[in-house]
Amino acid sequence: MKKLVAAVVIIFTYSACKFNTGQTALPIYGNRTPVTKTVDGKNVTDTAYQTIPGFKTVNQYGDSITNKNLDGNIYVADFFFTTCPSICPVMHRNMLNVYDAFKAEKDVKIISYSIDPKHDSVAILKKYADKLGVTGNTWWLLQGKKEDIYKLSESYLVTKPQEDAKQLFIHDGYFILVDKQKRIRGTYDGTQPGQVNNLIADIKTLKAEPDQITGK
Amino acid sequence: MKIKIISIICLLMAILIYSCQSDDQITFARYYSIGSVIYQNKCQNCHGKDGQGLSALMPALTDSVYLKANKATLPCIIKYGLKGKLMIINKKPFEGDMPVMDMAPIEIAEVLTYVTNSFGNKMGIITAQQVGDDLKDCK
Ligand code: HEC
Repeated sequence: MKKLVAAVVIIFTYSACKFNTGQTALPIYGNRTPVTKTVDGKNVTDTAYQTIPGFKTVNQYGDSITNKNLDGNIYVADFFFTTCPSICPVMHRNMLNVYDAFKAEKDVKIISYSIDPKHDSVAILKKYADKLGVTGNTWWLLQGKKEDIYKLSESYLVTKPQEDAKQLFIHDGYFILVDKQKRIRGTYDGTQPGQVNNLIADIKTLKAEPDQITGK
Repeated sequence: MKIKIISIICLLMAILIYSCQSDDQITFARYYSIGSVIYQNKCQNCHGKDGQGLSALMPALTDSVYLKANKATLPCIIKYGLKGKLMIINKKPFEGDMPVMDMAPIEIAEVLTYVTNSFGNKMGIITAQQVGDDLKDCK
């Protein structure tokens, strides 16, 4: 009996250690559903994770951008509008750090969806990007249909934006980390420099995961 | 025992320092500390924790020459906001919108005292009286 207990303890300790080494991988967020497929004549149950659905937008250069343009990229998403007086300047002051850390890397992108597409035209987004000091194709500022963008925000697990009496948009300032399989791997308060540093560290961790290296 | 004596001495020194501060200094200290809280709540998002601004979107509040030259119009900027007015701050052009801040003259005086004596600026106190006068001349 004693031996059995000892064995159980050892197994548990071992698996606990195993689990610890697994912590270099980031968690996967969102709903998951089991899917059964047939591989080599056998039924195999696998987990399907929630992914970001397709969307259609235009970036600050007037190029059409869909989720396809993000294939093969790890990306960070946020929701903002150019005339936002409250948290957006803080968010983008912090996002500039993410931009500076990864602008030289081909497979990391940043996308900011405007939640005020009526005002934030391509020309206005371009001007904003220029003033922010953003060039090239690392950071896209996106204009899409308002209903689509609002709906999309739910897939990113952020609170759906709302409009108050003064027609100001109320939204939260999260940065969402999405992997090459379009699964959510982290959410960070974009108004907190400390959390944004965690995001930068997490992107580096994520890039080293085998799934991300192959992109499959 | 020793601790008691030391603390009494400290207390006496504190009272001495406090009472030797002129009224002006005390007013300044009060304006400045309330001003710093107003700054955090109403200005910091845009102008930054250290008044550093944000790229070419939000101007820095570190241009002492600009602030001195425009001292009398600063209350107007805060009370009535700015709409795309071209201004040169730290030798860079800015042309953005600053929202209207619905603030009482005393609050404007406090936040301006904080701004004009932080981030490398040193302009002394801006009183509520001054702000009231300046607001009459806003264009
Ligand atoms: C929504 C963002 C925003 C907020 C909030 C804001 N400002 Fe500004 N501020 C601006 C912009 C943009 C300009 C430049 C306007 C222009 O170019 O016409 C500016 C200009 C200024 C200027 C003159 C230029 C300079 O850099 O010296 C001062 C002084 C100033 N703001 C102080 C304040 C103070 C004090 C507060 C808080 C009570 C405040 N601002 C809140 C965006 C903001």
